[in-house]
Amino acid sequence: MAFAIEFVSPERILYSGEGTMVTARTRGGGDIAFLPGHEPFIGSLQTSEVKVTEVGGDLLRFAVRGGFVSVTGDKVTVLSDLAVPAGDIDAAAARADLEVADIALGVDDLDPFAIADKKWAELRLTLSGATVD
Amino acid sequence: MPGGAERVLRRRIGTVKNTKKITRAMELIAATRVARAQQRANAARPYAEQLTGVIENLAAAGADVDHPLLRQVENPQKVAFVVCAADRGLAGPYNSAVIRSAEREIQAHRSDGGEYRIISIGRKPKDYFTFRGYEIDTHFSGFTDNPTYEDARRVARRVRELFDSGEVDQVELVYTEFVSLGTQRPVVRRFLPLESTETVAAAGGGDATALAGYSFEPSPEGVLEDLLPQYVEARLFAALLDAAASEHANRQRAMKAATENAEELITKLAREMNRARQASITTEIMEIVGGAAALEEDDEVAA
Repeated sequence: MAFAIEFVSPERILYSGEGTMVTARTRGGGDIAFLPGHEPFIGSLQTSEVKVTEVGGDLLRFAVRGGFVSVTGDKVTVLSDLAVPAGDIDAAAARADLEVADIALGVDDLDPFAIADKKWAELRLTLSGATVD
Repeated sequence: MPGGAERVLRRRIGTVKNTKKITRAMELIAATRVARAQQRANAARPYAEQLTGVIENLAAAGADVDHPLLRQVENPQKVAFVVCAADRGLAGPYNSAVIRSAEREIQAHRSDGGEYRIISIGRKPKDYFTFRGYEIDTHFSGFTDNPTYEDARRVARRVRELFDSGEVDQVELVYTEFVSLGTQRPVVRRFLPLESTETVAAAGGGDATALAGYSFEPSPEGVLEDLLPQYVEARLFAALLDAAASEHANRQRAMKAATENAEELITKLAREMNRARQASITTEIMEIVGGAAALEEDDEVAA
């Protein structure tokens, strides 16, 4: 059994396809795996990895900076203002972002924007296969 | 001096022809950019629709929160105006129309004794308001003709800072709505505080099959809290895209008119030049005829 999967970003539809499973991490919860026929669900996502198992078994990985997942029995929609397929991550840019965030945190270690930026940079580095210092 | 007049006119025709080449090129460029801006606005639509759809589902679930972005103030005194126009001119009445409606709003607000803040997007509104002695709170530029979501996010961040901290109680967005290729109009829209979720949901536009029985994580309120800031950014982004499309459409029209004017001017000048040339030829003939007649007279006298 399969369902339609769509990744929608503000500028365009990032991915649209058929899959058998989607794994995401919601805020306040752990990882949730959605299978076709899942009950209607809307969740707020953490800055985390979203995994899509396509029909045929290929595994796609996306880094999302927050967003929402909306599930009905036959469709999963991931809404995220920033989502990048793991293969498209620019590790150098992520590393640079991490440095900037660290500098900002050095000034104010509670700056919510900097905390979010740091988490996002670390996630991208992890997914791109680079090591986080 | 007849020959001189002709030369001067010929040079002016050359200048106008060059101008026409430029305006024609700008017209064509603007035309392709309108098309691209419209495509981008269409590409941005699914996200906004889905987001609204989630809000509809939340409203159906009865979620309502005490979110800062929904903070209503009775009779707001401190109002921020986000004025969205262009970096460049040569776009007909595009900039002045937006700026005028913004200034009218600001004046009205000031005469009621209110405080204002201006957030200018684009160099034109900044120049105008600075020149008129208004104070600019924050200025953004460099992206008005092709805004990205990141640009919208930067602007939204500043707007939220002002609103969350209570420095302003209300935010008005002044931009140009792209109605169709032929019609764009400046509009002033309430941006913050947001209406309640019910109003957003009732306004529609979402594609939600608002079936009850959704489960929410962490909770309807929690999702709504995360969603409202995104909704603010998405709305701002939509406005920026509309403004960009309007800018290009206005520029295309302005440049089309300029090209047509240049053509008219060229015809007029060509006519004048031909007349001048004809006049100089006539003068020359008159001189020759006169000269010949004088010679004949000389001959008769000598004979």
